[in-house]
Amino acid sequence: MSDLLKSYRFREERETDWRKLDLILTRAENNGVKALSDEDMMALPRLYRQAVSSLSVARSISLDQNVIAYLEGLCTRAYFFVYGTRASIGERIMDFLRRDWPACVSAALGPTLLATLFLFGGGALAFFLCVQDMDWFWTFHGNNFWDGRNPDATVEYLRSTIYHDPMSTEDGQLTSFASYLFNNNAQIALFAFALGFAFGIPTAWLLIYNGVHLGSMYAVFWSKGLGYEFTGWLMIHGTTELFAIILAGAAGFLIGGAVAFPGRMTRLASARHAGQKAATIAMGCVIMLIVAAILEGFGRQMINSDVTRYTIAIGMMFLWLAYFYLPRRDEAKP
Amino acid sequence: MNATVPHAPQNLSRLQIEADQRRRARMLENQRQSKLVRELVTPEGAVIHLKLSTASERAGAFLIDVAIQWAIVIATAIGLSYAIRAMGSGSANIAFAVWLVFFFFLRNFYYIFFELGPKSATPGKRALGIRVAARDGGRLTANSVLARNFIREIEVGLPFQFLMMGGTGVSGWIALLGLVWSGIFLLFPIFNKDKMRVGDLIAGTWVIRAPKAKLMGDISSSAASQALPGRFAFTPEQADAYGIHELHVLEDVLRNSTEEVKSQVALRIRTKIGWQTQPGETDIAFLEAYYAALRRRLEQRMLLGDRKADKYDTR
Repeated sequence: MSDLLKSYRFREERETDWRKLDLILTRAENNGVKALSDEDMMALPRLYRQAVSSLSVARSISLDQNVIAYLEGLCTRAYFFVYGTRASIGERIMDFLRRDWPACVSAALGPTLLATLFLFGGGALAFFLCVQDMDWFWTFHGNNFWDGRNPDATVEYLRSTIYHDPMSTEDGQLTSFASYLFNNNAQIALFAFALGFAFGIPTAWLLIYNGVHLGSMYAVFWSKGLGYEFTGWLMIHGTTELFAIILAGAAGFLIGGAVAFPGRMTRLASARHAGQKAATIAMGCVIMLIVAAILEGFGRQMINSDVTRYTIAIGMMFLWLAYFYLPRRDEAKP
Repeated sequence: MNATVPHAPQNLSRLQIEADQRRRARMLENQRQSKLVRELVTPEGAVIHLKLSTASERAGAFLIDVAIQWAIVIATAIGLSYAIRAMGSGSANIAFAVWLVFFFFLRNFYYIFFELGPKSATPGKRALGIRVAARDGGRLTANSVLARNFIREIEVGLPFQFLMMGGTGVSGWIALLGLVWSGIFLLFPIFNKDKMRVGDLIAGTWVIRAPKAKLMGDISSSAASQALPGRFAFTPEQADAYGIHELHVLEDVLRNSTEEVKSQVALRIRTKIGWQTQPGETDIAFLEAYYAALRRRLEQRMLLGDRKADKYDTR
């Protein structure tokens, strides 16, 4: 026995435990925590602590680089498993819906109001400019506006775009158009969030741009006396969709503000702090836009009564407001 | 670093100069590598060395992921087109709608889905042995994963869109400006010491290497079991001929090299330490025995706080 190295004997005594830990980790990484037996879960903390202390000792007594590389890898994996989250995807989604999302939205009230101001400010500006002088419409939209909903259109044509003939066969087309719109809107919402990094300036521009589009369209319908009907057509999904866009903008402003005015934190820490909250809001926007697309693709096509449209619009609005801003029981924070 | 170069200028031979140059290059490389190592102190007070992933590894992982995404997109497009043919033309619009939504989710949630999983890595990252981790060593929260992946839109999506814009209508200057602006984001990881992209910065994450090393047999034990006692008795001078660097090179040679390389290495070591080859002695047996002797000697010295870095390290 005296012929064996001390570092080898050290390794020989602990090797079985290292391999046991390796096995448990591999199983957990491949099949999730549920694949572990109670026995494994009991053994894990002890094996982890032993591996970590083995690593410290091995660094100072062993020159076998394979052993050290192995232990470094093993301890890193074990550390991230022991101290990492073990919640399943389902639990994480429930946490997100129950707590994280509304909490982040209601905490970002300031940026939300700012984003509202930009969107509706842009909308109001375009609306009043267009109502006074319809030439503005062409300035905003250019000459290649494709679907004919422009100031030159007749009242009948505009009315036909608002109400849907249940007998018509273009259902499929409208569904694909709705999914195209969702795709577009969701991508814009994510852009609005991501561009917040540049002090929120591109986010503000994006909001105003969307507001201007909306406002000028509104002016076209308003000038033909279809304001009430157009509002119903727009708002059945618009309360959800515009709310989502406003929240995406708010997420952008949250990051922009944190980068521009970090306060007492370092700029990096401040960006990180705000970024995680903002990302939660942006994720929520995608969900809201899915809801909006469903309302748009199906609800708007099938419901032609103004009263029902308004009821759904206002109902959705209250639903979202209640979900986000109603105070809820404070759960113990982890 | 150069305090250990004892040669007097007059007897510098060409070989020695080359050896010195090699050694300096090796030390510079070590220094460069050590810039990528971050220490994580666990709550138990132990230190774990995390090695950051390089920009090129991450680019490689990203390319693999993009290739997988495109493969999925094309496969579903082909599958849907067959479905349409089977069900008649009326379903084309609905199929297109489904495909558009699917495309959006694949584009944005492919990374999120995999990074939220137990391995914290996309298939591309797994292939290259890297993973995402929280910068403060804590939990990798879902919020962080969302943040770092939503930001990807302006890092990769935006330059792409500007490139497309360059072709149609929009003034070339705006497209160029956009390209420069988003190029800054794209190249961001190269220019900071933690190799973070903007998404990592916002999310408080970084990408580290998580190689899965295999525990191999100890060479010194196989030497001890094979050799006849007393056959390989190295003197202390012979065991002091090399340092830790050479020991590690020898370990690599023994584990990974061909027979030919091993016999060349054996020849050089025998020459260096003045070893007389005994009858019936194989190269492998000699190398393993010398490895064991060298490691025993170096580990003893290390226990006394004396790390002999390499063969030039004579104290």
